[in-house]
Amino acid sequence: MNRPVLQSPSPASASASPASAAPKSAAGMFAAYDTPDFFCELMNRTDALPSSLQTVRDRLAGFDLAELRHRTNTAEAQLYRLGITFTVYSDREAIDRILPFDIIPRVLTAAEWDHIDRGVQQRVKALNLFLRDIYHERHVLRDGIIPADLVLNNPNYCEAMVGVRVPGDVYVHINGTDLIRDRSGRFMVLEDNARTPSGVSYVIENRHMMLRLMPDLASGMPLRSVEEYGLRLHQTLCEVAPEGVSDPQVVLFSPGIYNSAYFEHVFLAREMGVPLVEGRDLIVENHRVYMRTVAGLRPVHSIYRRLNDEFLDPLAFNPDSMLGVPGLVEAYRRGNVTLANALGTGVADDKAVYAYMPRLIRYYLGEDPILDSVQTNICAEEEGLAYTLANMDKLVIKPVGESGGYGLLIGSQATQTELDEFRAKLLEDPSNYISQPVIDLSVSPTLCPSGVEARHVDLRPFALTGHNTWVLPGGLSRVALRKGSLVVNSSQGGGSKDTWVMAR
Amino acid sequence: MTQTGTRFPAMLANLNMLLSRYGESMMWLARYMERIENLARLLEVTEAFVRNPDGSPGWDSILQINSDEECYAAIYPLPATEENILAFYITESANPTSIRAMAHMVRENARSARPLISTEMWMQLNVFTRSMMELSTPDIRRHGLSGLCNRLKQDCQTHFGITEGTLYRDQAWLFYLLGKYLERSDQITRLIDIRYHTLLPSGETSGSQMDITQWGSVLRSAAAYHAFRRLQPVTTTPANVVGFLLKNEGFPRSLMLNLRQVDNTLSALSTHYNLRHQCSPLQERIINLRATLEDQTAEDIISRGVHEYMTYIQDQLAALQAEVSVTFWPAAPVMTREETLTPQ
Repeated sequence: MNRPVLQSPSPASASASPASAAPKSAAGMFAAYDTPDFFCELMNRTDALPSSLQTVRDRLAGFDLAELRHRTNTAEAQLYRLGITFTVYSDREAIDRILPFDIIPRVLTAAEWDHIDRGVQQRVKALNLFLRDIYHERHVLRDGIIPADLVLNNPNYCEAMVGVRVPGDVYVHINGTDLIRDRSGRFMVLEDNARTPSGVSYVIENRHMMLRLMPDLASGMPLRSVEEYGLRLHQTLCEVAPEGVSDPQVVLFSPGIYNSAYFEHVFLAREMGVPLVEGRDLIVENHRVYMRTVAGLRPVHSIYRRLNDEFLDPLAFNPDSMLGVPGLVEAYRRGNVTLANALGTGVADDKAVYAYMPRLIRYYLGEDPILDSVQTNICAEEEGLAYTLANMDKLVIKPVGESGGYGLLIGSQATQTELDEFRAKLLEDPSNYISQPVIDLSVSPTLCPSGVEARHVDLRPFALTGHNTWVLPGGLSRVALRKGSLVVNSSQGGGSKDTWVMAR
Repeated sequence: MTQTGTRFPAMLANLNMLLSRYGESMMWLARYMERIENLARLLEVTEAFVRNPDGSPGWDSILQINSDEECYAAIYPLPATEENILAFYITESANPTSIRAMAHMVRENARSARPLISTEMWMQLNVFTRSMMELSTPDIRRHGLSGLCNRLKQDCQTHFGITEGTLYRDQAWLFYLLGKYLERSDQITRLIDIRYHTLLPSGETSGSQMDITQWGSVLRSAAAYHAFRRLQPVTTTPANVVGFLLKNEGFPRSLMLNLRQVDNTLSALSTHYNLRHQCSPLQERIINLRATLEDQTAEDIISRGVHEYMTYIQDQLAALQAEVSVTFWPAAPVMTREETLTPQ
């Protein structure tokens, strides 16, 4: 028998779905779309399109702008309610902002992904071998592959790690590789993030948002899932727990609710099903780490730490740090607890060391790099400095210690005054800078105030390394929302897109 | 039905123990939400029903209920005006018991416990606390005080409903309940204390009839008016009202019911999470407190001094809160024998 129901008139039909909309011209909303000089992720690929990509293009062309805008507004209201925010620091105040979400996905073919996957794995392998080497035998320095000065006097080189064995010889458990594509569509590594790379929560949240907002676009597409990241991360952290621990207690160590990435810390702790701890929740006794629970102290074995080396332990590093745990580093050095990532990985993702990565890959693996690098001039070297000074207007000049797009100069977009000022800074401390040619970043169709327009994008795939390395299919696609801008960082007005990796 | 009567997920002792900071955040999250709802009730009822001899709303009594006279005088000139009292309790950041300051505390605790609470809880708290922290004096004027109080009550009740429907039943839930019941216990004693003082002029006795409107306001601010009417359709005496608010077993804000819930919650922590050692001194205090309530009639309490007894209960509850803190989130935890064993 049917259940009794309250009778009500059926709701007025919602706005027409694209599938049922009147046929549009083939170009549809892409009619005015123009990508004169750049590689477009969706539109001007030269080789024959896989049918799945063609389907995405055709379906997108069937949407009208008003509908896309309506759905975007829904997305932003949702992000606001969810409090998915990051914090932007200016001189005066800290402002919570949502990372703008672009409703048009960035699509990678199965072949493109295979290339990235292998290339990232290779790079992570080399990073780990390099770190093991420089904190132990230092073959690479003796063989003259990379200047000893650059490594040993690097501000991120960690004396406390010399001679310390880490489980599985893994230093970089979580890695983010920033990739860009040049005018020909060739993928290149822009930088490695081997310390505490962030952004993976957006990869997963963006997918959820996309499936809620654009079910008609995603329906039936062979998308690689991003759901298993939390499980894989937990598994990785268990795999690298100290030897002999059968049922390791994993925690995520966050600087706390005022950190700009706190939302991500919460997200990952929840996905892994482990406690999110702050420094005050941990205590070291007899060189072992415990957390404070309502039932007393409980041992902790693997720590996914989301704060930088210098804040981890006031006894070992910055004595003024209120965020850290006294004695943590010594417990770690004795092998009683695992830190992920290891201490001292910052020397490997240094922007100057980056210039040597192709050579390091060949040295450690005997293979050619699968992913290309951007040609890099090291201003610490006479030749590199001279070239940089002579070509400032054509180069991107970056301070080696900064992240998040702070403090860099894009020569072609700078005024003469800015160039002069930067030249003075550069001459004052040349070893703090590197320079690279401007790469014409690829673009992706993006919903902008005046319609669907081309905006520059990059890609940050995330790799997890325990017993093996696994790369989350996709990654964070950041998009520079300002027209013509090449800076995609969230702190500089960037947004993000869902990244679709096709299974076939 | 008691909310603590739920069956708890079976779990191995020593596994998944709740982080102390989470316990603390859950407890204070509940306390502050409960406190916001109570303040909204008090403000609304005071505006509508509590009158000074000259017929103006008796705003001073709110300061007394909350023991806020000193704090108020430090910020605003005396005598208190309606406008200043409302600012003091709604938008004043320097007053830790204002809606704005409490919304801030709710937000901090919710963010801290964010890994545990449900996404639905967080979304509602996120929007609620943000809008409360942005509240301005013109907003209050536009919507009127009773409009604002209604909204506050509704938002708090929405929170309690979402929590009941979505929060996983483990230790975090029990600490949340502990905070909620402790706060309710404390609030009802404050309400009785101050109203009893102002409403029972010296010389009258506990059995005498009294101003229905005035005592009605006491009942209304505790959402007890209609329940009381059903129980006591004819006579409204101070002893009846005080007896109902303190000793009634069915009224959700009565002291008796909330003390019982505190006891039940501690029992659940004790038995389901192997926290006997930690809980038993706390339970002892609560059992003693319940006994003082059960052993006295409302008339006894009145004749021995309502104010003295309410103060005694408030002190006991504060001592219990302090003991909970020292037990579950001590500043300097000590290693027990069991914990010093080498981890396997």
